[in-house]
Amino acid sequence: MTTQSVPAPAALTREAPSLGGFNVTVLRLEIRRLLRNRRTVIFALIFPVVFFLAFGLNKTYANLQYGHGNVSAEVMISMALYGAVLATTSGGAMVSIERAAGWSRQLRLTPLSPVAYIVIKMLTAMVLGLASVVVVFAVGGLTGKPSMPMYLWIVSAACVWIGSLVFAAFGLFMGYLLPTENVMQFLGIGLALLSFAGGLFIPLSQFPHILQDIAQWTPLYGLNQLVHAPLLGVGVQWAWAVNAVAWLVIFAGGAVWRFRKDTARV
Amino acid sequence: MAEERGRRPAAGSQPAAVALRGVRKNFGSVQAVKNIDLDVSSGEIVAFLGPNGAGKTSTIDIILGLSQPTEGTAEVFGMPPRHAITRGLVSAVLQTGGLLKDFTVRETAEYTASLFVRPRPVDEALDRAGITGIADRRVGKCSGGEQQRLRFAMALLPDPELLILDEPTTGMDVEGRRGFWGAIRQDTARGRTVLFATHYLEEADAYADRIILLRHGQIVADGTSSEVKAMAAGRTVRATLPSPDQARLSAIPGADSVEVRGDTVLIHSSDSDAVARYLLTSTPARDLEINTRGLEDAFIALTSDDSDTSAGGSR
Repeated sequence: MTTQSVPAPAALTREAPSLGGFNVTVLRLEIRRLLRNRRTVIFALIFPVVFFLAFGLNKTYANLQYGHGNVSAEVMISMALYGAVLATTSGGAMVSIERAAGWSRQLRLTPLSPVAYIVIKMLTAMVLGLASVVVVFAVGGLTGKPSMPMYLWIVSAACVWIGSLVFAAFGLFMGYLLPTENVMQFLGIGLALLSFAGGLFIPLSQFPHILQDIAQWTPLYGLNQLVHAPLLGVGVQWAWAVNAVAWLVIFAGGAVWRFRKDTARV
Repeated sequence: MAEERGRRPAAGSQPAAVALRGVRKNFGSVQAVKNIDLDVSSGEIVAFLGPNGAGKTSTIDIILGLSQPTEGTAEVFGMPPRHAITRGLVSAVLQTGGLLKDFTVRETAEYTASLFVRPRPVDEALDRAGITGIADRRVGKCSGGEQQRLRFAMALLPDPELLILDEPTTGMDVEGRRGFWGAIRQDTARGRTVLFATHYLEEADAYADRIILLRHGQIVADGTSSEVKAMAAGRTVRATLPSPDQARLSAIPGADSVEVRGDTVLIHSSDSDAVARYLLTSTPARDLEINTRGLEDAFIALTSDDSDTSAGGSR
C-alpha cells in the first residue's frame, strides 16, 4: 500500500469570524442600499420636511408660545418623530424584502449569525432615523421659525431618535410577519393612522372624547408625549413611559418570535 | 476521466469532505431522503444525478446545514455543516433567488466577502466568474446567466475546500451552460472538492469523476462516470418464459436487473450474449429479442417512477 503525503488539513486551520460576522463594510453597504430606495427616502426624509413646511410655519399659530418655545418648534419635533418612525420602520421592514428575495437564506451560507444580521438591520434603520431627525431640524433651523433654547434642540432631537428604536423593532416584526416586497405600502398607511392617533399631526384635544380615550393606547401616543415633554417643561407621566415601553416589548417580542421561527432549522 | 482523483483514499488525519450516515428527511408524510450513506473524499468531483424530486436538493440542504435531517447525521470536514460554513470551508451556488436587486454585482460580492475571515479578493472572484465587465451593474438588470455567475463568484470568495452547486445551469442556454462549466472547470483544476446536482446526464458525464444516481431519495448507483455508463448502457434481453423464477434469473452471470411481467422477462445486462445463451440453452425461453438501451434510456430506466430496476452500485 502506497502512502500519500496529505496536505495539512486546511479544515483545522480556518477560523470563524468574531462578532458573528458583523463588520463596518456590511453596515456601509446596507445604508447605501437603503438610501438607494427612492420610496424610502421620500417617505423618511422628504415627507416630514414638506409636512413641517406646510404646518409648522402657519402665521396664525406658529409663533404662539408652547412651553419653553413656540408652536413651530412643537410641530418640528412632531414631524421629526414622524420621519424617524417612518425611517426606522422602513429599515426594519427591509428584512421582508430580503426574505422574499431569498437573501436571508443566502446569508445562511455565510458566517453571518442571525443575531448579527438583526443588529445590522437595527443600526441601519437607526442611521436613517437619525438622518430624518437631522434633516427636519436643519430645515426648521433654516426657516428661523421654531424657537426654543439651544439645549432643547439637542435634547428633543436625541429623545426623538432614541424613541424611534421602538419602531425599528416594529419594522422588524412586520418584516418577519409579512414576507412581501410591498410591505412598506401597508406600513406607510398604518404609520399615518398611528401618527394621527398619537397626536403628531393634529392635537388630540381636537378629537372627540371617545377617540382620545382610544388614542392613548396606540403606539405613538406615549412616544409623542415623551419627546415633547422637555419642550413643554412638564414632568414625565407614568402612563406615557408605560405606553412606550409596553409597545417596545410587544414589537421586540414579536420580532424575536417571528425571527426564531424564520431561522429555525427545518 | 480522472479516475485516480476519485479513488484517493481519505487519510486518517483528514476527515471526509462530506460524510452522511443514515440520513433521512421527511416532510410530513413525504420521505424526501431515505437512508442515505455517503462519503465524499477531498478532491473528488461528484455529480448527484436524478430527476426532479429524487432528493438531490434535500440532500444538499442537509449537507449545507440549511435543513436538519429527520434521522442520521451529516458532517462536513468532520464538523457540523454550520461550523464548516462559518470557517469558509464549504460554499454553494443554489438554484434560484438569493440576490438583492438593488445591490450592484460588486457590492453583492463585497458584502459577502466582508463576512469571511480571509476571503479571496473580490476582483479575483469576479474575474474567475467572468463578470468583471458588469461589476457596477445592478443585480436586477443582470440576465439569469449573469446572476448565476455572480452566485458562483460569491461561492468562490471564501476559497472553499468544498463547492456545492445545486442545478447550477438550470434555465441557461447551451452557450451559457458551456461558459459556466468552463469557469468551474478552470477553478477545480486547483483541487477543490466539488459536488453538483444536475438532471442533465451530459453534464454529469462531462464534468464529474463520480456519479451518484438518486431516485426516490435513495442512491441507486454510485461509480465513476465510465462505470455508471457501462452499467447503464448495456442491452436488454427480452424473452417469453412461462412461469419465470426471478431469483434464478437474477443469478445469471452478467444480469444486472431482472424484470418479470407475466410470461415476459426483461433482463438488463452488460453482457447480453451470455444472458441470451443461458436463456436459450438452460430455460424454455423463446421469442428472444435483444435491444440496445441508450444512455438516456438507461438513466430514465434507473431513475423513473415505474421502473423496478435495482442496480447494484460499484462502490
